[in-house]
This record gives sequence, structure tokens and C-alpha cells, in this order.
Amino acid sequence: MISLIILTPFDLAITSALILLMAFLSWRLHLGVGRQFLIAALRSAVQLILLGYVLKIIFAEQAFWMVLLLGSIMLGVAGYEVLSRQRRRFSGWWGYGIGATAMSISSFSVTLIALLIVIQPTPWYQPQYAIPLLGMLLGNTMTGIAVGLDNLTRSAWEKRELIEAQLILGRRGIEAIRTIRRDALRSGMIPIINTMAAAGLVSLPGMMTGQILAGVEPLEAAKYQLLIMYLIAGGTGLGSLAAIWLGSERLFDDRHRLRLDRLTTSK
Amino acid sequence: MALASSETITLSGPSGSGKSRLLRAIIDLDPDTSGDAWINDTQRSLTPAFEWRRLAGYLPAVSHWWEDHVGEHFPLSSPVELSSLGLDAALFESPVSHLSSGEKQRLAIIRLLANQPRALLLDEPTANLDAQHTLVVEKLISEYQQTHATPVIWVTHDKSQQQRVGDRHFEIRNGEILLAASLQEEK
Repeated sequence: MISLIILTPFDLAITSALILLMAFLSWRLHLGVGRQFLIAALRSAVQLILLGYVLKIIFAEQAFWMVLLLGSIMLGVAGYEVLSRQRRRFSGWWGYGIGATAMSISSFSVTLIALLIVIQPTPWYQPQYAIPLLGMLLGNTMTGIAVGLDNLTRSAWEKRELIEAQLILGRRGIEAIRTIRRDALRSGMIPIINTMAAAGLVSLPGMMTGQILAGVEPLEAAKYQLLIMYLIAGGTGLGSLAAIWLGSERLFDDRHRLRLDRLTTSK
Repeated sequence: MALASSETITLSGPSGSGKSRLLRAIIDLDPDTSGDAWINDTQRSLTPAFEWRRLAGYLPAVSHWWEDHVGEHFPLSSPVELSSLGLDAALFESPVSHLSSGEKQRLAIIRLLANQPRALLLDEPTANLDAQHTLVVEKLISEYQQTHATPVIWVTHDKSQQQRVGDRHFEIRNGEILLAASLQEEK
């Protein structure tokens, strides 16, 4: 087996030259993304190195409360990410709550299934397994939930008259928004469907790439990749379902009125 | 305000005076409206909103169609024939995008009556129709009204239509609903 080649700061400096080149091009060509690009690159460096240190401590301690704390922080941030991707968001606590609730239901439950029933490390919360699993699930369900919710509220806003026309004729809120719900759910699920369909043909998925680089047998890496992909697919589906269900409940009140006044528009 | 069964009142008023808002309030479509409404013994606040809206029979000024084809908007057995409004039964098969505004308006009335409402709240139901079709619609609604003993609130600016269909005439002015007779007394 090949052992991992350790990267030196010099190696990273070479790759960061690519970032600088791109920022320079953006400035020369007036693309207007240079600043964002640099900030994002800098953020990723700081965040990942910090995470590296944090994981080092957590791996050494193997304490349950540390795993739980980091998991909660990750969830909290993911909730804000979902919120920030909504053009028409639910006002008040709901805007954050719906996304975060859906994510915690799906990501936490699927991670628990994977740890307790499938992988079964000892102890079950062993951070080397628990944290990367949860991270991958949160990252992917986050996208599905954000896309699905955004689609739901945007369509409800745009198709207000079509929804109300159905309410006027005596349909229940849930009936009047059925098509919109279905489309929103589909839009949340399409990225993971595409990923699964293209896996191995177009792209070498991230986790498999990582394991192969780390010297794992390709077939073992493929099995892990499959496992994680199915978990992600299940988690994304559950999460999008929950978010869209909660969201469409919130769009109507007990008198079956369409309550677009519960949405606020972000710039 | 109370209407006798089979009575028609017409309602007029400048645009923005709240005619549509009044009808929307009756069918409980907007939050922040207080008050209550009855059709016979059925009290709105004690009836599920979707049942109430079937009973109250609101026809908005503009009809909306959410499916691709006309027929998908109707229940399987519609009691009102398309031919009674001079429409071809084949229209059921056609895409909504092929309809003229007059056809949409007449189809919307048939769609509404298919629910068998116990009252009718009509917001300018003949605005897009020529004189001949206007009379046909008035006749259809009056027949429905006679058979089902339905009260009708009919928003219209057409003076001669007010005379033809209305038993009493109301006007909305400065947020108040006034009986047309009392308006004349003021003058």
C-alpha cells in the first residue's frame, strides 16, 4: 500500500498562486468577483486549518460531549446557510427554524443509523467516523433543503393567483399547493439523483478520492462511497420532505388562507 | 347587510373602493378581516373554510386556470352544460392557453356553478362579454337562482344591467355601503 505523501506549506503556496492568478484576471477583466473569490479562499483556509486543530483535539480526547458540541455547531451554521439561500424566507423564527429542524431530523437520524447499525465503531460516537459522516450529510441535505424551500416559497409567491383560484372554489390549502410542493421536492432531490447517476462515470466522488489518496484499496473506497451516497440520498430526501411539509403548512392558516404575509423578501 | 333568498343586489363604486375586498372578506380569503357571515343557518366561523367557500360561490373578476387543459378544472359530472352558455363541449379537451377571454369568463361561471353554491358573489361576471352573451349569462344565473333559491351579490357598473338583474342597488362610497335609493334622497 502507498502511504500518504505529506503536503508542505510550499505545496499549498503553489496552488494558492492559482487563486491569486484568478483574482488578478478578475481585476483586469472587470469581472467583479475577485474580492468575493479571495475572501472565500481565505475563509476556507482559516476554517479548514482551525477544523484540523479542533479535530486533532477531539480525536485525542474521544469525548462524547465534544462530538455533540461540534455536531450542534455544524448544524447551527448549516441552518444559517439554508436561510441565506432563500429569496423569500419565512419571517421570524420560522425562517431559520424550518430549515434547521428539517436538517436535524434527517442528518442526525441518518448519521445515527449509520453509526449504530451499519458501521458500528466502538464507541459508537467515535469522532473519526461520526464527524465526517455528519459533515457530509449536513453539507448535502443543506443543499437539497435550501433548493427545495426556495422553490416552494418562490412558486407560492409567483403563483398566488392560481393557488387562490383553487381556494376560492373550495379546495383545501394542501390541495391547492400540491403541484408546487411536488415540483419543490423534485428540485431538492435532483442534485443527489444526478450525483448518483454520474458517480464513477463522470466524476470520482470526493470521499472515494480522499480515501484513494490516503492509500485505501479502491474497492474498499468504492464501498464506503456507496454507503455515504445512499445515506446522503436518504437524508436529502427525508430532509427536503420535512422542510417542504413544514413550509407548506406555514403557508396556510387554519382558515385555509394563503399567507404570503408570512414571507419576507431578502435582497 | 341581509339578503333574502333569490334576491339580487347590485354593487357599484369607483375602482379601489373595496368591492372585491368586500367579496373576498365574505369568503374569508384575507387575514385581518373581522366579522362573520351566514347563509341560512350556516355560520362562517363555525364552518371549515373550504366548505364555506363552496357555499358562498365567489366569481373573481379575472378567472385563473391552474391545469393545462380546461376539463381538468371541472368535477367529473358537471350539472351545467357548456351549450347553455353557447360553448362547444369540445372546449373541455382544449388547452387553457387557446381560450379567448370571453370563453374563459363563461367557463369560469360554469366551473363555479358546478360546485352548487348556495349564494353567488359575482365580480363583474360579464365584463368581457358582448351584449348577446351578457344576456345569456344573466339568464343562466337567474335560472340557477330560481331553482336553488340563491341570494346574489352582483358587482356591475352597467346601469342597464343593474336595472335588469338587481332588486336593490348599493354603492360603496368612502368605505361605506349605501343603498342607491338613499343616495338619491341625498341629492
